[in-house]
Amino acid sequence: MCVLMSIMGTRVVRIEDPVFLSRGATYTDDLTDERLTGALHLTLVRSPIAHARITNIDTSAASESPGVVAVITNADLDITPAVLFAMAPKTMARPFLAADKVRFVGEPVAAVLTEEAYQGQDAADLVEVDYDPLPAVVDMNTALDGDVLLFEEAGSNLAGALQDAEFDEHLFDDCEVVVTQEMVNQRLAAAPLEGRAAAAAWGDDGRVTLWCSTQNAQAARDEIAGWLGIDPAQIHLIAPDVGGGFGAKIGADPEFALVTWLAKRLDRPVKWTETRSENMTGMVQGRGQLQTVTIGGNRDGDVLAYRIDVIADAGAYPRLGMFLPFFTRQMAPGVYDIPKVESRARMVVTTTTSTGAYRGAGRPEATAAVERAMDLFAAEIGMDPAEVRKRNVVAPDKFPFTNKGGVVYDSGEYAKAIDTVLEASGYAGLRAEQAARRERGDVVQLGIGVSAYVEITGGGAFSEDASVEVHGDGSVTVLTGTSPHGQGHATAWAMLASEHLGVPIEKITVKHGDTDLIPRGAGTMGSRSLQTGGVAVYNASSELAELARTRAADLLEASVDDLVVADGAVTVKGTDKGVTLGELAQREQLRVDTVFDSGAASFPFGAHVAVVELDVESGKAVVDRIFTVDDAGPVLNPLLAEGQRHGGIAQGIAQALLEEVVWDADGNPLTATFADYAFPSAAEMPSFSLIEMETPTPLNPIGAKGIGEAGTIGATPAVQSAVIDAVAHLGVRHIDMPTSPLRVWEAINTATGGQS
Amino acid sequence: MSATVKVDMTVNGTGTSADVEPRLLLAHYLRDVVGLKATNIGCDTTSCGACTVLVDGESVKSCTVLAVQADGTSVTTMEGLEEAHPVTAAFRAEHGLQCGFCTPGMVMASVGLLSENPTPTEREVREGLEGNLCRCTGYHNIVRAVLAASGQDPQAATAHPSRSGA
Repeated sequence: MCVLMSIMGTRVVRIEDPVFLSRGATYTDDLTDERLTGALHLTLVRSPIAHARITNIDTSAASESPGVVAVITNADLDITPAVLFAMAPKTMARPFLAADKVRFVGEPVAAVLTEEAYQGQDAADLVEVDYDPLPAVVDMNTALDGDVLLFEEAGSNLAGALQDAEFDEHLFDDCEVVVTQEMVNQRLAAAPLEGRAAAAAWGDDGRVTLWCSTQNAQAARDEIAGWLGIDPAQIHLIAPDVGGGFGAKIGADPEFALVTWLAKRLDRPVKWTETRSENMTGMVQGRGQLQTVTIGGNRDGDVLAYRIDVIADAGAYPRLGMFLPFFTRQMAPGVYDIPKVESRARMVVTTTTSTGAYRGAGRPEATAAVERAMDLFAAEIGMDPAEVRKRNVVAPDKFPFTNKGGVVYDSGEYAKAIDTVLEASGYAGLRAEQAARRERGDVVQLGIGVSAYVEITGGGAFSEDASVEVHGDGSVTVLTGTSPHGQGHATAWAMLASEHLGVPIEKITVKHGDTDLIPRGAGTMGSRSLQTGGVAVYNASSELAELARTRAADLLEASVDDLVVADGAVTVKGTDKGVTLGELAQREQLRVDTVFDSGAASFPFGAHVAVVELDVESGKAVVDRIFTVDDAGPVLNPLLAEGQRHGGIAQGIAQALLEEVVWDADGNPLTATFADYAFPSAAEMPSFSLIEMETPTPLNPIGAKGIGEAGTIGATPAVQSAVIDAVAHLGVRHIDMPTSPLRVWEAINTATGGQS
Repeated sequence: MSATVKVDMTVNGTGTSADVEPRLLLAHYLRDVVGLKATNIGCDTTSCGACTVLVDGESVKSCTVLAVQADGTSVTTMEGLEEAHPVTAAFRAEHGLQCGFCTPGMVMASVGLLSENPTPTEREVREGLEGNLCRCTGYHNIVRAVLAASGQDPQAATAHPSRSGA
């Protein structure tokens, strides 16, 4: 490396921001592309009933409404229902508009196309659909019973199952202490501030340009092509600025394909932007697991056996959510070296919104379960929960460590992470204050929650493409297959290129999310981007610098070894003789295309301490402080990495305390707006205390692991445990999330028989 | 809908005028009639604040105001802030934005907050921005940005009060 001072590891402010903070980003609904001139507005008529047979649809009144160009129902479609996930049963395919049945509130039933957006809402109200209601299936155990089937031809409500062998009835035979707990890892809405949106325009060349809000343009292109039965090469898919995803925008939604089909059918561009109420029932949701967890060990604090039995909710039409228990099983033992571990998962369909990825996607569910189990075990043997954890973590000399879920942890310092966060939080002092409050019988009690976690990042796709090109004017273009939606890749990838080329980041443009420009890419999810796509940019830039030196050697009649690349030029060491990269690019294209394959996932880890204040009279808990060690290896840009941690921590606090998607027994959504869903504001959050720790992975040259989901995975159990810990002296051992005031109050009353 | 109504309003210092449906929301007037796309719409229940703009200097959620109600007023959107405005500068310096969708509303709500309370405490910032939702930042850096924009040291202003004597 020939740069004097490294840009890596420095707090570089984002180059995205000047536009984002002046005219604003350009999301799909903001597009003014001329290809969308005269676009029709799509309004979807959605089912208000969870489970019903459709007996009739009358579109005549709607068709006469002002501005209506077409009203389309299933009878007009020539595309077959889509299997929304490769492993989903073929019998559980979803029609693009409901055919004979609806299976969740929010399922699209008819498409109304109008000249103006407001006209669509008027006309949609005039579409008359006759429903013959069927019993809703909301509860996962009810779904498993199979008395009411969502898909009669499937023969059951089971979308899939994961188990290596039957459970061993002797698993806990050696244990002095065994604790079992049923837990709910509740359904959550991803709720990115920008909902789903798509716009399609077909050209005379038989190709369609499709703009949509997605985390991976290339996969979305392929998915839509598959659903529509067309060649992926016919689709030019562009992800403009994307207003948050959190996993829920992985791939394409069936609505995107419908927009594409409608644009072709009506021979006009079509635009669709969902409302928030549509989003809260239509966009995939996260979590949704019933867990039965059993932990056993001896009274010295050694955990000897652990079992987790999961029922996971796939929602009405199985999508990625049906696969996520795979990760829950892999990560079941977490940071602990437990001799015997068993797990099973069964995934069921219910008459609710489909599930998919949401920040953590299967791993927070594993961590929440094992962390609660450690607390229950600690309480049972009367040992400090931090002490029990440290006693059972994987020792540093055991890496690479194959866990009982069959995955290989690359590197880790778990006990050190716990010690570090305990010290930063002043753990002993907190315990002393807690004891004092308990002694005094204060109304506001202190709860302290400790969590330790390890997670999988970069586990979906190990490979990523990058191209780096220097232009004649000295500017640089980076093409990446990753697809940022808030993470700041334009800045981070520019830093990686600048590191080798010495070109200021302001002269480096990072392009992504355009399938014509970048035909191959796996997008941004699973905290994969830096350790795959970022490393590809880093390597491509390094190779480009070498290429520049080789070419400059001929030109300058110097030895390659005497040449350095710095400040966008190649110079002969110790002289002012040199040539700029721009000049080299003027002579011959100066570009490198490369692929980086990490070959394996990486396993970032950490430990959190949450401190809550809980009013025992109302049951209301407030997070007072949260301390987090999140070790994802060397940090490229602390500003961005901290931002990722902050967002994750907030979503973890939100799951532990506030959020839950709720349906009534008839399958009616009770949290279908932001007025009803407990999305936290700044007033519900504390400032966060982050502690640095960096343990590199050997899997890539910069040592980086993923940081995107760490906060969520660590904070959720820390906060949940803190709430329970605040009332543990009253005899409470477990409270399901969200630990709402009502649940806390009920738990206190149950534990004390109303005598507290 | 049949009859239209003529509205006149100043948007970011420039006069605008249009015949609009009485039901047209101010947010849609700004986005679709005037063509200023920074103002986003993130919900349909006045909960998220992504559409926050200033009407005659006061921050309002433009998805809950009809264009006709804003007739004769002066509206400021994020596009109308001067370059290097202290609030936008602080949002950048403190990394107070990620995906950017809540940002125009968050920035305008912050401008409104600081005009009413030029040196707020951390708690006052958090409560003052309660009507603006962000899914990306956990609010940590947004709060720091507003404190910094008010001329305070965000590190000192968010320091946790001592527990001694608690």
